[in-house]
Amino acid sequence: MKRLLSITVNGRLREDAVAENTLLLDYVREALGLVGTKRGCDGGECGACTVLVDGEPRLACITLAATCAGRRIETIESLASGGAAGGRMSRLQQAFHEKLGTQCGFCTPGMIMAAEGLLRNNPEPTEADIREALSGNICRCTGYVKIIESVQAAAKGAK
Amino acid sequence: MSTRTSEDATLLTQPVHSAGRSIPLIDGIEKVTGRARYTADLPAAQALVGGILRSSVAHGRIVRVDTGQARAMPGVRAVITGEDCAVPYGVIPIAQNEFPLARERVRYRGEPIAAVAADDAATLQAALAAIAIEIEPLPAYFTAAAARDPGAVLLHDDKPGNLEREVEQEFGAVDAGFAASDHVREERFHYAEVTHAQMEPNATLAEWDAERGRLTLHSTTQVPYYVHLAVARCLQLDPGQIRVIKPFVGGGFGQRTETLNFEIVAALLARAAGATVMMELSREETFLTHRGRPETDIRLKIGMKQSGEITAIDCEVTQRGGAYGGYGLVTILYAGGLLHALYRIPASRYKGYRVYANLPPCGAMRGHGSVDVRHAFESLLDLMAADLGLDPFAVRRANLIVPPYRTINELQVNSYGVPECLDWVEQASGWRDRKGKLPRGRGLGMACSHYVSGSAKPVHWTGEPHATINLKLDFDGAITVLTGASDIGQGSSTLLAQVCAEVLGLGMERFRVFANDSALTPKDNGSYSSRVSFMVGNAAIVAARSLRKVFIDAAAKRLEAAPEDIEWLGESCRVVGSDRALSYPSVVAAALEDTGTLTVKGTWSTPPETHGGKFRGGAVGSSAGFSYAAQVVEVAVDDETGEVRVEKVWVAHDCGYAINPLSVEGQVQGSVWMGMGQALSEETQFHEGMALRANLLDYRVPTIVESPPIEVKIVESNDPLGPFGAKEAGEGSLSGFLPALTNAIADAIGVRMQELPATPDRVLDAIVAKRRKERLAASRAAERS
Repeated sequence: MKRLLSITVNGRLREDAVAENTLLLDYVREALGLVGTKRGCDGGECGACTVLVDGEPRLACITLAATCAGRRIETIESLASGGAAGGRMSRLQQAFHEKLGTQCGFCTPGMIMAAEGLLRNNPEPTEADIREALSGNICRCTGYVKIIESVQAAAKGAK
Repeated sequence: MSTRTSEDATLLTQPVHSAGRSIPLIDGIEKVTGRARYTADLPAAQALVGGILRSSVAHGRIVRVDTGQARAMPGVRAVITGEDCAVPYGVIPIAQNEFPLARERVRYRGEPIAAVAADDAATLQAALAAIAIEIEPLPAYFTAAAARDPGAVLLHDDKPGNLEREVEQEFGAVDAGFAASDHVREERFHYAEVTHAQMEPNATLAEWDAERGRLTLHSTTQVPYYVHLAVARCLQLDPGQIRVIKPFVGGGFGQRTETLNFEIVAALLARAAGATVMMELSREETFLTHRGRPETDIRLKIGMKQSGEITAIDCEVTQRGGAYGGYGLVTILYAGGLLHALYRIPASRYKGYRVYANLPPCGAMRGHGSVDVRHAFESLLDLMAADLGLDPFAVRRANLIVPPYRTINELQVNSYGVPECLDWVEQASGWRDRKGKLPRGRGLGMACSHYVSGSAKPVHWTGEPHATINLKLDFDGAITVLTGASDIGQGSSTLLAQVCAEVLGLGMERFRVFANDSALTPKDNGSYSSRVSFMVGNAAIVAARSLRKVFIDAAAKRLEAAPEDIEWLGESCRVVGSDRALSYPSVVAAALEDTGTLTVKGTWSTPPETHGGKFRGGAVGSSAGFSYAAQVVEVAVDDETGEVRVEKVWVAHDCGYAINPLSVEGQVQGSVWMGMGQALSEETQFHEGMALRANLLDYRVPTIVESPPIEVKIVESNDPLGPFGAKEAGEGSLSGFLPALTNAIADAIGVRMQELPATPDRVLDAIVAKRRKERLAASRAAERS
């Protein structure tokens, strides 16, 4: 069964016919072509698919699109998509780029969205806060050292 | 057009330096904005969905594969089995014994048997479920010992005893060396199998052009050239009819250093369906593709003088290699070869056994072949240091190499930063003040390690140079670096741009790197054995110098001066000592005047003296440059739970010269951390051949919560052959973490972990065993008194 889903994605209100068992990840990747959000595992293992739903980090690979009716979805593509920032990178994106918080880049969109969720609620996180907020996001390249430094730099830059 | 010859001194510039600077990744913006396209992200609206049916039997004869029902289903476009490809593949030309889809026999649970291309995922799943398979089981072996049993059924008929490779190497007077020592000790070690777990699941997009009989592949690979060769062989296509493109790749760590079954299967499916097929493996299937570090048993004996000087070593290594050859024989040779080139060793004996078993095939994994032996070696050095009353640093310092040095197994060491590495980690960690004085449950441990900067002889020996770079210059003044070097996140594209920019004195913004499209870029062997910075970096220097010569000759002609009188200043040049100058755009115009768009080339090859010994297997472990590292690990161990927490790591890495210090730091931190995963928590686990941990929850990659601060010191020993003196930075620090950790655990609680990973249950078992032993000794002492 399909139902009409009314949903705000990256600031734009959309209406799409979506099957009841469609995952939010498949909806953004396949229906909307927003492939910045990654599938890294078979369900809830790695955090690569993290998006914001009403400002809170959620795993799109274990979220049904239908449960997001009427909500605001933000994907990695929203952070540097023009508007006030004029298409420039967000502070977090800039920090991950400049501090080498990304290597292969595959975990990066999920990592940045989880960090974005953290900084919105907690603009001055401690290192322990950062570790807790990113504990569901696996990175296989960096050893996390420069990821922590990136989030700290973005938080500091925001002050 | 104005020549813009100028009397104006404001035209003059200073050359821009790009080497030695911490420049962010040139493709980093794509990664942080989500614009980077990985294989599964490529537009493929018309693509069929490909999938694989895998064996649920660990070892057996295939009696029947009935695909009739699946073929008849609407929306099924192709169904293939082992019948569709009779050509074996394998990365080592002399050890090709694997088929993309099993023929006659299956040898591990998860081995591909059949594959389907369908209109959509639901049809694909239904079709895979409709394929009937009958397999007559054979006895299956899940340990090296069981597989080597004289009565065991052979996995491969040409390999008696299920031994893929037996290695025996002896150098120097081993028995005399032990006889001349003051102390001999022998210990045994056991290592669980570990795997890469790169974040991007495996995927291939295969496009078949039926009109021309041409194939285009996009794939998650570190070695597009090897994929090209294997797919051409297995599909019996002229290699010129195939185009292989590597898009963004989400890590590799060695899993993708050989052609993998799904890549060939996707190509076979595309041809069978006459269409484009997107094959995305699940995380579970990505685990089953494996090629990781084998379960390993090591027996190691070292003879030592009272001074700590090593007189002889004797090492025996058994690796459970899994069901097929892969890189196996290289792994077992590396384990012996890289016992050397870190310390002076006057005599050595090595026996290696690579054993087939009914499990997913092992292969190359970061630190290939060197990691487990390094743990054994550095653990035993620590034990013997304690036996002899020596400090762990002193025992290492008693065995240092002075370059240039040729090891007894004929490896060439031209630069060696171990002394500086040792000094820094000793001081930074406060070793002298803190070692032995930490509170209960806290400990410090240290170890050294090393790795090759590329194998001096490639797997496919064609006689061609090791690396080739093309630089394209056009009217716009932009320089396009054309390379086959595979950036899989390690930053090779950034490094190559930096190297070219440095030689030409131009800013990075003048450069673009275009990589990994076999139709456009020069062939490259791929990203493995830490070869790219060293070999492709050297080729890039040659290419950039060649372009610089083109510029200088053109400028000389235009300024009516001799080329040797032209001073190159990057964005400008001038006749030395004069104010006759040209801007860069004018030089470009001058250079293109007669030729039009031009491409220059640079190549590089390893010198013959670095190729290793002439004995069988002597090339494995050979390198034009060895990286070195030392590290100190501080741990906290809870002796009630067995939990080990790494508090801090200090690591010094000799990368020769840091072309990009930020990247070097990132690579070293990642290596050390990956060593931590193997040391503390990662291991595969099978029940009757069934993978029990084929997901990222049960296969315990460390999370950010348990990952320590890692402080990196870059040591620059300036290698005479390296590009600007550089050596590798992405592997050499890994193996040192494991022994530094277990040495620290021993310091903290007096328990020595000789079986890894040091999970809480293993640590607790060791604590309980130690307490039992102590109680027994105490009660015996009481009885005697």
